[in-house]
Amino acid sequence: MDQHRRKFILQWADNAMILGQRLSEWCGHGPILEQDIAITNIALDLIGEARYLYQLLAKEEGGSVTEDDYPFLRKEQSFYNLLLVEQPNEDWAFTIVRQCIFDHFHFHFLMEMKNSADPALAAIAEKTLKEARYHLKYSSEWLIRLGDGTDESHQKMQNALQTMVKFVGEAYEPVEADLAMLEAGIGPDLSNIKEKALSDLKQVVTQSTLVWPNQHFDRTGGKNGSHSEHLGYILATMQYMQRSYPGVEW
Amino acid sequence: MNNNWPLYEVFIRSKNGLSHKHVGSLHASDADMALENARDVYTRRSEGVSIWVVKAADIRASDPGDASFLFEPAADKIYRHPTFYDVPDEVKHM
Repeated sequence: MDQHRRKFILQWADNAMILGQRLSEWCGHGPILEQDIAITNIALDLIGEARYLYQLLAKEEGGSVTEDDYPFLRKEQSFYNLLLVEQPNEDWAFTIVRQCIFDHFHFHFLMEMKNSADPALAAIAEKTLKEARYHLKYSSEWLIRLGDGTDESHQKMQNALQTMVKFVGEAYEPVEADLAMLEAGIGPDLSNIKEKALSDLKQVVTQSTLVWPNQHFDRTGGKNGSHSEHLGYILATMQYMQRSYPGVEW
Repeated sequence: MNNNWPLYEVFIRSKNGLSHKHVGSLHASDADMALENARDVYTRRSEGVSIWVVKAADIRASDPGDASFLFEPAADKIYRHPTFYDVPDEVKHM
């Protein structure tokens, strides 16, 4: 298989997988029952999206490879997700800010991918776009609700934005696989997505009465397998069963 | 965390042509959030095509204690049921 295409698909799938895993940590701990269900619904949507992609890769690689091998048997450096999605939940403010940043990228990414020259990828994008559109509405409304809420909620959201803003840019910085896929007509032009997604995101931030932090230094590396310490902990939890009992099924 | 969010009652129409039916209730800070919560809590398994949410406080309900004089008088008035008509054979689907 084309290694650039494989890596490009893993970048996409790992974003959905790792964020899905992160959000699932809220299960049973949501601020109220209704949001507990809402945020874990989103977690399941994302894990479902990752599965479509892992299934596609497993089918193409053939042999004894299954969809489970990708999330459960790869090491940290072979995950290509954004640093953004592995950041800890912290509290509801951080979770919503992280989600809103991701959803803006994700929605516009899928909008482009549904016109991809690769029919299998275009079909997955088309199928998951409806869910992503809802995620975007959900996290944007929460951003506005809390940013433009009480003094305390506003402060918490502003703090979260201050911390998260350095993880916004990575999604739009092309790595080798992105450039190869753009060349092949399969992947999107990230600079194009960046313009739309960031202008939408900043508009929601303004509507939330939050202030977009101007001074920051973009952190990158996730798309090439250099992760923050957090990913190791996520994988320790996520992969525990397969590592302890290889091949276990139920 | 705010425990004082108002209660909303949720009504869902399972498909076009049917009426909205009460399915349960939930808490939300306003009607928009109630709609989203209802979507997430009550339509996860394709239960509906339309949602209504109504603040529980805005519903005026009959008092269960009044049931004896409100509803029981109808019990012995079977002539109100349309069961005393001969339906012609030609009329189908009655």
